[in-house]
Amino acid sequence: MSILINKDTRLLVQGITGRDGGFHASKMKAYGTNVVAGTSPGKAGESVQDIPVFNTVRDAVKETGANTSVIFVPAPFAKDAMMEAADAGIGLIVCITEGVPTLDVVEAYRFIKSKGANLIGPNCPGLISPGKSMVGIMPTMIFREGGTGVISRSGTLTYEVVYNLTEQGMGQSTAVGVGGDPVVGLYYRELLEMFENDPDTDSIALIGEIGGDAEERAAEYIRAHVTKPVAVFIAGQQAPPGKQMGHAGAIISSGSGTAAEKIAAFEAVGIPVAKEPGQIPSLLKERI
Amino acid sequence: MKIHEYQAKEVFASYGLPVDTSIICRSVEDAIKAYNQLDSQKVIVKAQVHTGGRGKAGGVKLANGEVELRKHAAAILGMDIRGFTVDRILVGQAVNIEKEYYVSYVIDRNSKSTLLMLSREGGMDIEEVARTTPEKIHKFVIDPSVGIPDYLAREAAFKLFGDIEQVRQAASIFRKLYRLFVENDASLAEINPLVLTKEGSLMAIDAKMTFDDNALFRHPKIAGLKELTEEEKKEQNAREKGFSYVHLGGDIGCMVNGAGLAMATMDMIKLYGGDPANFLDIGGSSNPTKVIEAMKLLLNDKNVKVVLINIFGGITRCDDVASGLLEAFKQIRTDVPIVIRLTGTNEKEGRAMLQDTHFHVAETMGDATRMAVELTKQFQD
Repeated sequence: MSILINKDTRLLVQGITGRDGGFHASKMKAYGTNVVAGTSPGKAGESVQDIPVFNTVRDAVKETGANTSVIFVPAPFAKDAMMEAADAGIGLIVCITEGVPTLDVVEAYRFIKSKGANLIGPNCPGLISPGKSMVGIMPTMIFREGGTGVISRSGTLTYEVVYNLTEQGMGQSTAVGVGGDPVVGLYYRELLEMFENDPDTDSIALIGEIGGDAEERAAEYIRAHVTKPVAVFIAGQQAPPGKQMGHAGAIISSGSGTAAEKIAAFEAVGIPVAKEPGQIPSLLKERI
Repeated sequence: MKIHEYQAKEVFASYGLPVDTSIICRSVEDAIKAYNQLDSQKVIVKAQVHTGGRGKAGGVKLANGEVELRKHAAAILGMDIRGFTVDRILVGQAVNIEKEYYVSYVIDRNSKSTLLMLSREGGMDIEEVARTTPEKIHKFVIDPSVGIPDYLAREAAFKLFGDIEQVRQAASIFRKLYRLFVENDASLAEINPLVLTKEGSLMAIDAKMTFDDNALFRHPKIAGLKELTEEEKKEQNAREKGFSYVHLGGDIGCMVNGAGLAMATMDMIKLYGGDPANFLDIGGSSNPTKVIEAMKLLLNDKNVKVVLINIFGGITRCDDVASGLLEAFKQIRTDVPIVIRLTGTNEKEGRAMLQDTHFHVAETMGDATRMAVELTKQFQD
């Protein structure tokens, strides 16, 4: 088992005729993800890497039974793409696009919820259930099948942690990059719950960073509801206040959202916090 | 992106929100002219800077008569407030204040919605109110598909006012402010304070707005109001090249692919006893042109004694990254020692390619950081 994606995932790529969409569609397919369709308005009938292209998500769903979508369209069109996917009955929508206006996400998120679907991202690397399916832009070679669930706000830092896990013989059940923007879809609480309920996940690595208070909330949730071992890393201890550190959501505002507060919140409930990303595997091993 | 109070008040006024009468001035002479136009014995003089704490810094003064105005205007113009030099002041009619309130719309990460926040504790530092007496702040989550209908605006207004006349005025303000917030892709629209005047009307005597940088492409007029500090100009230049850069002031320059890994790198430098010079995320790929541009940016900082390059080779394999780095450094002349840490796909091949060069090559983040910190120490001796 795994969470959110597996061998039954039938993936649709929105924006497949663009440079990034086409490139990553081929990478996902090469990994074994069941990529069944792409969309690009006005290009129905074409194909990209033998993947059929449709004008609308509704057509693609009807013809191919797509149940998951990944979005590569440019930022000004991302809201529309997310809403189109939800309206056509897609259950999991993964938006890779960076730079989407926050209020667009607010609006799309409400709509997606009203359709009973889930959103991951935007501004995220996607997710992978090693050996089964990868949806997004993750470097698949570093992942191995196994029992650690990974949740992260970052891309390369996730890879760094996963790389260390794999080196230490700890594979991953599913790894999810939730996205670096202030407002994104599925977050720590929902994913912690999914990992807690997933029989194949035996431990969880949580990689947070400065900005907002989601880590503090996650610490409280873990204390109350998670029985599996969790280890944490928080990036941005040296970040100056008021400066955005790459990710739109990584900013200390009015003195809150600091790494110190987040680390203290986890430590207060007995969850170990790694001093460097490479310590995560040993912190988990001690507790499994 | 931030704008000044006087600019926010112009936006407010264009949405029919009641603001005090005021005039922006760049000199003492301007201020005197404004005084004559305002036709009010008492006026308020406020520094226009992109930072809070103006009042405490002496940047807000009440002037009774022309002589006092001249004195205050001269004192505030040119004043330094938290590193910002005051080059503009706002001169406004003094208002007879009965009571002060707090009103704002913000983006709330947790509810993934716009939030209307209200308090009877206006004019104070709202973060302080939130910390000490959170029960004095009222919050309303706004559903973006319906916005703020009249009933909800009224319900909110009743939290602040008992008198129906004032409730109606406040509800109208809340609705206009929401429209302004959404139509301009703001991330904050704040009135602190919203005042009830002795004459019984509501008025915004301060206005604060920040905007979502990701949405500026569809608001060219607002984007045109951008004013950058020297530091922000550097960050902006970096952004135009596809980088995220923040200056930190230490002596180890960092170049990393990915924001999270870049933050972790500067944290590690500190952990190992060094001082990071900057945060620099060069983005997913690491082609030679990017590396050259990034090195120029780092070497521009005269404090930088060592450069630490930390690249995770994912989709771009490490051997490709290594040949890119070798290519780039053919064109860069520098005596600054360079530590390179390459990890990921084909890392052994990548590292082997860098082995017999002038680079210091490391395998793990820990090794790389230790090397970089030691090199800065050698430099001191």
